[in-house]
Amino acid sequence: MAQFRLPPNSRIAKGKAWPAPEGAKRPRRFKIYRYDPDGADNPRLDTYTVDLDDCGPMVLDAIIKIKNEVDSTLAFRRSCREGVCGSCAFNIGGTNTLACTSFIADYRGDIAIYPLPHLPVVKDLVPDLTQAYAQLASVEPWLKTRTPAPERERLQSPEDREKLDGLWECVLCFSCSTSCPSYWWNGERYLGPAVLLQAYRWIADSRDEYTGERLDDLEDPFRLYRCHTIMNCTNTCPKHLNPAKAIAETKKLMVARQ
Amino acid sequence: MSFRTPLGRVRGLGSAKEGTHHWWAQRVTAIALVPLTVWFVVSILMLAGADRGAILDWLGNPVTAGLLVMTILAAFHHGQLGLQVVIEDYVHNEGWKIGLIVFVKLAALLFGGIGIVSVLKLAFGG
Repeated sequence: MAQFRLPPNSRIAKGKAWPAPEGAKRPRRFKIYRYDPDGADNPRLDTYTVDLDDCGPMVLDAIIKIKNEVDSTLAFRRSCREGVCGSCAFNIGGTNTLACTSFIADYRGDIAIYPLPHLPVVKDLVPDLTQAYAQLASVEPWLKTRTPAPERERLQSPEDREKLDGLWECVLCFSCSTSCPSYWWNGERYLGPAVLLQAYRWIADSRDEYTGERLDDLEDPFRLYRCHTIMNCTNTCPKHLNPAKAIAETKKLMVARQ
Repeated sequence: MSFRTPLGRVRGLGSAKEGTHHWWAQRVTAIALVPLTVWFVVSILMLAGADRGAILDWLGNPVTAGLLVMTILAAFHHGQLGLQVVIEDYVHNEGWKIGLIVFVKLAALLFGGIGIVSVLKLAFGG
């Protein structure tokens, strides 16, 4: 059966509370998931207090400040700090999103930060995305043609190019896939919204000549049809994309070619 | 312990090249059930308190009997398709999964069949 409760060694204990910085005028508490694979301890929730007058406006600013000034053992991924690289996806305040594009001011009370749900945790806020990356590779997200490569660029009309809007912007942060209950229960066979959006990005590309083969590879009760239109993906996407629509368009093409 | 590559695991046994018909049938039966259920509920409410003769008159109409058979077919087909998805979602033991799906499909066939035979029996004069 699907597991509805965390296994005993994954249950989260109460962690350390770090004191507020002296003379803090606007203290704000961050409760951050900590897990160290080298120790035998269960994961815990550490509390850090940051003075917002002495910190940038984004959640990522606070996390970086904590690592730099309070607790250098905190592990997390980040790179571009402007919503383009997709590295700093966490579960913040109960929703998967990018820490770098989330304003601290948009949250009320303590801000809870967990790694993306339902993935193996490497350390603290760093999840193991190996399977998700392999699933992405499995849909071969690149242009494939039978026509030999032309001398010049491959032409695409402005109207055909517009069909890729809302698809190409995905930064592969996997916020959507890890918010999807169907991906939680059947992630080893269901491709998940992030990868299905990428698959559709190439199905919808007028220059690609492998549409049929791409649909063949997706036509599967688990790979594609585990999507039950729960819509968590679209709800949570930090780039405001609509993976659920990309999946629905794919399903429509499956019917259209019957 | 497995040294299989992540991509090898994900590609696995390949695509089943199936599922579209299941998905489509679930949608079609769902839409068909909207008018059929409304018709069925309204008809039954209008027959509340009627005696056996009135029921037999109602069922003797081929349109009524036909719609009832359609309602039973759509409801049981839709029900077993939906339950199959629920089982595939949550039951991860292969044996249990296959067993439960076969059980649900056979049960739908049995009860749907009993329903249709009952309608026809009454339609042809009880």
